[in-house]
Amino acid sequence: MTIAVTKSRVEDKLYQNRYLVDSGRPHIKVRPHERPSANLLALTHVCPAKCYELNDEGQVEITADGCMECGTCRILCETSGEIEWNYPRGGFGVLFKFG
Amino acid sequence: MIEENFDAIVVGAGMSGNAAAYTMASHGLKVLQLERGEYPGSKNVQGAIMYANMLEKIIPDFRDDAPLERHLVEQRLWVMDDTSHTGIHYRSDDFNEAKPNRYTIIRAQFDKWFSRKVREAGATVLCETTVTELIRDAKDRVVGVRTDRAGGAIYANVVVLAEGVCGLLGTRAGLRQMPKPQTVALAVKEMHFLPEEVIEQRFGVKGDEGCVIEAVGTTSRSMAGLGFLYTNKESISLGIGCLVSDFAAMVESPYVLLDALKSHPSIRPLIAGSEVKEYSAHLIPEGGYKAIPQLFGDGWVVVGDAAQLNNAIHREGSNLAMTSGRIAAEAIIEVNSRNAPMTKRNLALYKAMLDKSFVVKDLKKYKDMPALLHTNSCNYFTTYPRLMSQAAQNFMRVDGTPKIEKEKATTAAFIKARSRWGLVSDAVRLALAWR
Repeated sequence: MTIAVTKSRVEDKLYQNRYLVDSGRPHIKVRPHERPSANLLALTHVCPAKCYELNDEGQVEITADGCMECGTCRILCETSGEIEWNYPRGGFGVLFKFG
Repeated sequence: MIEENFDAIVVGAGMSGNAAAYTMASHGLKVLQLERGEYPGSKNVQGAIMYANMLEKIIPDFRDDAPLERHLVEQRLWVMDDTSHTGIHYRSDDFNEAKPNRYTIIRAQFDKWFSRKVREAGATVLCETTVTELIRDAKDRVVGVRTDRAGGAIYANVVVLAEGVCGLLGTRAGLRQMPKPQTVALAVKEMHFLPEEVIEQRFGVKGDEGCVIEAVGTTSRSMAGLGFLYTNKESISLGIGCLVSDFAAMVESPYVLLDALKSHPSIRPLIAGSEVKEYSAHLIPEGGYKAIPQLFGDGWVVVGDAAQLNNAIHREGSNLAMTSGRIAAEAIIEVNSRNAPMTKRNLALYKAMLDKSFVVKDLKKYKDMPALLHTNSCNYFTTYPRLMSQAAQNFMRVDGTPKIEKEKATTAAFIKARSRWGLVSDAVRLALAWR
């Protein structure tokens, strides 16, 4: 229950933001894995847009549509090769009105 | 797409990139600036406080048309526990001067203005263009960039990497290491809109006067972190940031911390009734002097957040960014004026000039602070804030207990929490790191 409430709150927050989603070309990908590392698992809480979620098989999945391109997941998980991280194509992604 | 050869390519249109592009273009260099956002500022996030002195050195008459929110007349430094804050406030009418010292700004608006100045100075600014790669010649010199636009190779004598804290290009090219989780903070922020007169009433300001609050304490849940509240003209920027390594180790959510800060009894009445119009997140370099990477090489320099130039103790970032961008540009102008090549040896001038500036001097002064605060975060961000609140309450509350007993209780609480030796050693370590 707590998780559901938290999740809806983040979605409410992200709803205020402007995005131009590059459909079908996510800029971050999670490599297939059996069990996520501690850092990858932590991203399900630490990612400020809650892009990372644990699926029923215990693996971490990403939906990058609400990504604010902060780079936290890159800092935590790119070196280990668990995620592949790029900026969105020019003009796509989050568009801050105020910043 | 672009066949010509440029004197300089600037990657990024944030504070450091705009400072560098403006300075070079206004000295007649042929400058191309590339920005991946739809417009300059659309990817940028800052608190934000802008320091006038550093912008004056680039655009002396910026006050004529820059979008400034409020000039700061009051700063509140708070230590918070769950129900209280203990504060040092400094307010002075001296800050109501003809050319105020500090302003709050809204980055998306400010960056658009700065970028317009860059274009007026003669630079070519290309938005919606993500630089994907640095181009190197056979001798490993950086000679240009590739972008995600068709035919994307563009060449220049020097590339100024103003690519922001993540520094994708430079780290991928092996020019510097990726920031470590313990040397960057993740900050989240909301923009709370309120009528101008409500902000004036709540913070006791009038006209363009503004007030900022910066708070450490239990709000960061024992992590090394800082909460902040900045007054803009018709909005309040409210946010909190903590080290990425702490977030990962504690498995905390930044938005949970932000919501807790918003509902803190000292903050809640200040934002009551506001309309939230944006939620943003950004990384902040926190590693200080010891995290500064190699700043120059054959055909390139790195400036601003990408160079990890941020003073976490004084919460200054954009002024270090602007200054490093300007100084890098001045070094490039100097090398260019001698018709000398943009080699590593010649571009060392940038570092020599930066070392003499407040940027490196300030970071050097606090070189041991990041390690101290990060390794003792529980003490500095939870234990001491709680003790401070208890001590203050004990002092204020009148309940018939003799004052001598109250003082003894406060002293005993400090000793119980940290021991005599712990208190002395915390104080000595803090003093040594600060010195």
